[in-house]
Amino acid sequence: MSSTYLGMPGRPVFGDGNLHATEAFPTAARRELGNAQLRANLGHATHTIRDKRLRVVAELPDWEELRDAGSAIKESVMARLPELLEEFEANFTARGGKIHWARDAAEANKTVRDLIRDAGADEVVKVKSMATQEIGLNEYLEEQGIAAFETDLAELIVQLDHDKPSHILVPAIHKNRTQIRDIFLREMPDVDPGLTNNPARLAEAARVHLRRKFLSAKVAVSGANFAIAKSGTLAVVESEGNGRMCLTLPETLITVMGVEKLLPSWQDLEVFMQLLPRSSTGERMNPYTSLWTGVTEGDGPQNVHLVLLDNGRSAALADEMGRSALHCIRCSACMNVCPVYERTGGHAYGSTYPGPIGAILSPLLTGITSEENASLPYASSLCGACYDACPVKINIPEILVHLRAEDVDSRRGTRKTPGQMDVAMKAASWAMGAGRRMALAEKALPLGKLAAGPDRKIKKLPGIAAGWTQSRDIPAPPAQSFRDWWGKERGKSAPGENAPTITRQKEKE
Amino acid sequence: MSARTEILDRLRSALHDAPAAPDIPRHYRHESGLPGDERIELLRDRLLDYKAGVCVVDEPDVPARVAELLGKGTTYVVPPGLEEAWTALAPGRITDSAEEPLSVAELDAADAVVTGCAAAVAETGTIILDGSPDQGRRAISLIPDHHICLVRAGDIAGVLPEALRGLDGTHPLTWISGPSATSDIELERVEGVHGPRTLDVVIIRV
Ligand code: SF4
Repeated sequence: MSSTYLGMPGRPVFGDGNLHATEAFPTAARRELGNAQLRANLGHATHTIRDKRLRVVAELPDWEELRDAGSAIKESVMARLPELLEEFEANFTARGGKIHWARDAAEANKTVRDLIRDAGADEVVKVKSMATQEIGLNEYLEEQGIAAFETDLAELIVQLDHDKPSHILVPAIHKNRTQIRDIFLREMPDVDPGLTNNPARLAEAARVHLRRKFLSAKVAVSGANFAIAKSGTLAVVESEGNGRMCLTLPETLITVMGVEKLLPSWQDLEVFMQLLPRSSTGERMNPYTSLWTGVTEGDGPQNVHLVLLDNGRSAALADEMGRSALHCIRCSACMNVCPVYERTGGHAYGSTYPGPIGAILSPLLTGITSEENASLPYASSLCGACYDACPVKINIPEILVHLRAEDVDSRRGTRKTPGQMDVAMKAASWAMGAGRRMALAEKALPLGKLAAGPDRKIKKLPGIAAGWTQSRDIPAPPAQSFRDWWGKERGKSAPGENAPTITRQKEKE
Repeated sequence: MSARTEILDRLRSALHDAPAAPDIPRHYRHESGLPGDERIELLRDRLLDYKAGVCVVDEPDVPARVAELLGKGTTYVVPPGLEEAWTALAPGRITDSAEEPLSVAELDAADAVVTGCAAAVAETGTIILDGSPDQGRRAISLIPDHHICLVRAGDIAGVLPEALRGLDGTHPLTWISGPSATSDIELERVEGVHGPRTLDVVIIRV
């Protein structure tokens, strides 16, 4: 059956794979909040990267100009995505590369498996890649009898421990050196039993463990950070050299990349290669970047494949307010500044994409009606730190609010009686909407004292608020509201009502 | 319908509101305006920060310095187009080329590699290899544990856009900023994981 594009908006087709949380954020977060080790490791990490990042960003006099350029380039990529993909395909193919298109996770996985089998291999080495995590490639290949070896140190740690990544840049950040040593001793058959927890010794153990694999691997699987339409070039940004090993030595290279990763021209790379390393690791430049355009005779893999992945990206693109989430270059700056991420950690988000970007990207890719992901847009205090940190200026708070509204709308029809949350949200917005009503509400404050115990803490609230008090005490509200205090002190109405300014008050005194 | 057609159709209908592609404001720096000797200094400072070795020499001193960095009894790989005079004082030279490539095992057995480079970026401490005859196949600068890279002062750009202007993006490119490193364990930086653990950059004044 063939179909002609009629210019009619179609129904969006959402993605699947590891994009779906298996439980709602509040449940997962409550459990993770109990993990003090995780919180300590994570707090240390996010603060360290954050400080480094601020230092190297401050070095560049044109940081804001780079952000403006980066943001506009991505906006223009989204507006021209279909034509840029065709341009990329033509150029990559002309230089000996092969392109495969995958509608969803299952199709991408199957394509990769077939390519590995065609190459006559039953194991592959892997470069850390968000796209392959998103589609659950490792798990799928294992079911198919193909072993996939993660070669990035952090991914290796997570894989050996049968755990999940908790951060997109430093996936094993929730583990400390002693935990890592124990994992190595337990899981690496050839490891020196006298291994200490010294990071240099641990890195050396990983080097020895993987070296033979690198030098003998026939097939490698990678992601890509950027793809340049005009030349058909792919780019991978990394630190350890494991990326170079995988991209250079095997005969067959299979890359899986989301369709949104394109850049129009070579010149655009100069913008992103300044934005990405500084935003992500807080370095002026990452140790290694590899670029390849199809096949180069006599140098590197001679069978070069690219799987272009939709998996919900077209659905995200269809959301006029949400589509800028596709500008994301996965630098992880937003998670390092997020107060919610810092306390709950990456596992609480369930999806491959955690933190502020995950809270918008995951529901955009899967649809807000995906039961568990619908809670993600609420996993934010809307403080705006993520927006300030984002090198491509994605307005994450605005998209969060937009998705919350969409969530409420999508459930309106299905519920006969409004839920407690709807009532609470309605009441809150009504009360906060006018100073006089707020004043009335505050008159009820002394009642709060009755709910508090003798230590002036409220231990248990009824109804929906019970969730809040399950993991923390709330200090009892003050006996007197600010408005009341102001009124008594100044003998006038509170600020905001008839707005007596402070200067005017002073004049009267 | 093929996956290709279907995905392109989906993307086209996702753009039903026909968003305009904005003009790209490129007000960031395209030139650093740094004089040559300041570029050398900046590159040196950045590379030292990455724990690379750096020295600045006049052209006639290159062979002696390369021999010194290699040390005694070292076998090292060179690409076919590397200036012969530069390694003339060091025995143990093995040449690798696309026509007669060394095996992975032979590369693994070599102690070091000596290459030139296509460009360098002072501000970020980056050297860029593009596979030209004085730089060779990507594998040679990857497998031996010690990489000595010769950078002509005239090839040092101040900022990244200056360097990229002169490069052909369709060549296989490797950008190197310091030796291999990881910060995956409690964010403590450790130099040397899978790539060469020692990087020495010899900047040649002309
Ligand atoms: S949303 Fe912005 S800050 Fe967050 S990971 Fe993506 S590019 Fe980085």
